[in-house]
Amino acid sequence: MTSASVNDIEFRSVTKRYGAVTAVTDINLAVPKGAFVALLGPSGCGKTTCLRMIGGFEQPSEGEVQIGGAAMAGIPPYRRPVNMVFQHYALFPHFDVEANVAYGLKQMRPKIEAAEISRRVGAALEMVRLGGFGKRRIHEMSGGQQQRVALARALVNKPKVLLLDEPLAALDKKLRTAMQIELQTLQRELGITFVLVTHDQEEALSMSDKVCVMSAGRIVQFASPQEVYDRPANIFVADFVGKTNRLSGTLENGNAVRLSSGALMPVRDTLLAPGTALTLAVRPEAIRLAKAAEAAGGIAGTVTHRIFLGSSVEYSVAVSGLGDLLVTAERQSLAADGLAEPGDPVRLVFDPSGAHVFPA
Amino acid sequence: MPLAPATKRNLVTSALVAPAAAWLFVFLVLPFIAILVFAFGERAPEGGYQAAFTFAQFANLGSRAAAFRNTMMIAPVGAFLCLIVAYPVAYFLAVKASPKYRLVLVSLVVVPFWTSLLVRTYAWMYILGSRGLPNLLDMVGISDVRMLNTPGAVLLGIVYGYLPLMIMPIYVSLEKLDLRLLEASADLGAKPLSTFFGITLPLSLPGVMTGTALVTILLLGEYLIPQLLGGGKVFFIGNALVDLFLQSRNWPFGSAIAVTLVAVVVLVLLVAMRIAWRFAGTRQVDLV
Ligand SMILES: Nc1ncnc2c1ncn2[C@@H]1O[C@H](COP(=O)(O)OP(=O)(O)OP(=O)(O)O)[C@@H](O)[C@H]1O
Ligand SMILES: [Mg+2]
Repeated sequence: MTSASVNDIEFRSVTKRYGAVTAVTDINLAVPKGAFVALLGPSGCGKTTCLRMIGGFEQPSEGEVQIGGAAMAGIPPYRRPVNMVFQHYALFPHFDVEANVAYGLKQMRPKIEAAEISRRVGAALEMVRLGGFGKRRIHEMSGGQQQRVALARALVNKPKVLLLDEPLAALDKKLRTAMQIELQTLQRELGITFVLVTHDQEEALSMSDKVCVMSAGRIVQFASPQEVYDRPANIFVADFVGKTNRLSGTLENGNAVRLSSGALMPVRDTLLAPGTALTLAVRPEAIRLAKAAEAAGGIAGTVTHRIFLGSSVEYSVAVSGLGDLLVTAERQSLAADGLAEPGDPVRLVFDPSGAHVFPA
Repeated sequence: MPLAPATKRNLVTSALVAPAAAWLFVFLVLPFIAILVFAFGERAPEGGYQAAFTFAQFANLGSRAAAFRNTMMIAPVGAFLCLIVAYPVAYFLAVKASPKYRLVLVSLVVVPFWTSLLVRTYAWMYILGSRGLPNLLDMVGISDVRMLNTPGAVLLGIVYGYLPLMIMPIYVSLEKLDLRLLEASADLGAKPLSTFFGITLPLSLPGVMTGTALVTILLLGEYLIPQLLGGGKVFFIGNALVDLFLQSRNWPFGSAIAVTLVAVVVLVLLVAMRIAWRFAGTRQVDLV
């Protein structure tokens, strides 16, 4: 189905062990040319290990990594057509910004003329909006600026694939958002394949066109951001990507679940047999909150906490037999009489399409 | 009247520093002043010092040119040889050795210090002497090889004796080296040799400079190794000094040589620090 020529990176049954520790197990992954793929997963799930095997800093214990259709076994990092933006940038402290960015170009054979190098370095610095910073020392740059130097240093070599290991982790939220947009724009303009490692699910969803969710050294889902969010492959993905309420219950018939509290909740049709014990994952925005007095139906509960988020409000609602549920309400949809207060009795109405059903 | 806390702190500091300061004053500053005074004096007829003010001792330095020449040639060359041998060892310890064994291996480097340098150099004297290696070579038909009392023997003794002092500072600076920088260099297409000369070596220069300066300075005053392995043939300023103070009892001339030596050491130190500082200024690793 996938021929080698359209995939920039391919993992074929790759397992990596460090002594007794198995970091990743049987990874199969194909990254198409020009794609923006995010490797997403909790700490220690093997994201960096995967990236380092592409970069050539680690060798798979089993299986094979291919870049552009060519097997990479035994090929050292300096012969691979990929560049990496390291988690902590790894900029050379004894060079200025310009020399850092020029480093890769100076290694190229046949040699590139000095004038050409400085032209390309200048262009790369312009691209990351650091024109005029060339003569600065690395320790004279802020975190965000260093991050952009690291980016320029990698991109100036025009790699086939750019590997980014949590490049934005050290930045504050505002700068991170700005850099996310910048990275996305750059990726589209340059057409380079990006593989981004992150444990920030928002970042993964917002930036990439495919998300590879990993858990405990394995890939659990590889799909578009929408699909990962709307149709999580299992309860782990549902939990990890976005906020989720976990409920347990038993399937009554094709499209209703008897919750542990005794309440009946509608779900989408499933192929599971009635009577199956289930775990339900319900997105907070798939629950509608109504003031108890006005609504009929739904499940009764009491507001315990309210977190005001600006454009939306998050409620924690205690429901007897189910525990605390998280409910998100958009501001516009709120009734004119405003927000519910802690202590208010409310009714929760579930949207069947927002509930995901997994066998327990 | 109770003392103000600041005054009290100053008193404590003074009390702590005082013994060392007194020690340095009595055993370093005073003798140095004495040497300085002696250097402009004259040799008493029966030996020792006789008050005078003359530059004659300095004018006479040329008569010990061989000692100066040997010292000024062999000390830097010896330090350089030490560096060449020490760097790979330090690199291995800091970068390649498994962290599990690193501490053990590093302590092995200083194990030789458990035995006195004198004893160890004596061993070399025997090994290089006519009953040692040359004797063995003789048995396989290579005769008349002289090893002892050559510059080569002195250099060998120097590298042997001073290696740990060179390894340590280089090890320390290599150990601080962020290995991700080496990966980044490889990632950017640099072959191992380019990475070494472009990244590793420049970032370990402070250690290299410290080690080289340390060993060179100590070697400028070396006495034991040239005495034992150089015989009467390869002698250093240190040997000339012992000779002048203890044998011919020409204290003023010895003092003039000593003063000159100190001046050279200070000069070497200043130049080395200049260079080290230049690089140290760029070494502020600020990665996170
Ligand atoms: N050099 C190593 N030696 C031994 N174990 C290692 C080594 N590198 C990684 N591991 C182990 O392999 C597993 C995966 O590590 P990896 O660094 O790939 O995780 P990660 O997903 O990048 O985590 P994080 O988000 O915290 O960076 C972890 O359990 C880790 O302890
Ligand atoms: Mg990681």
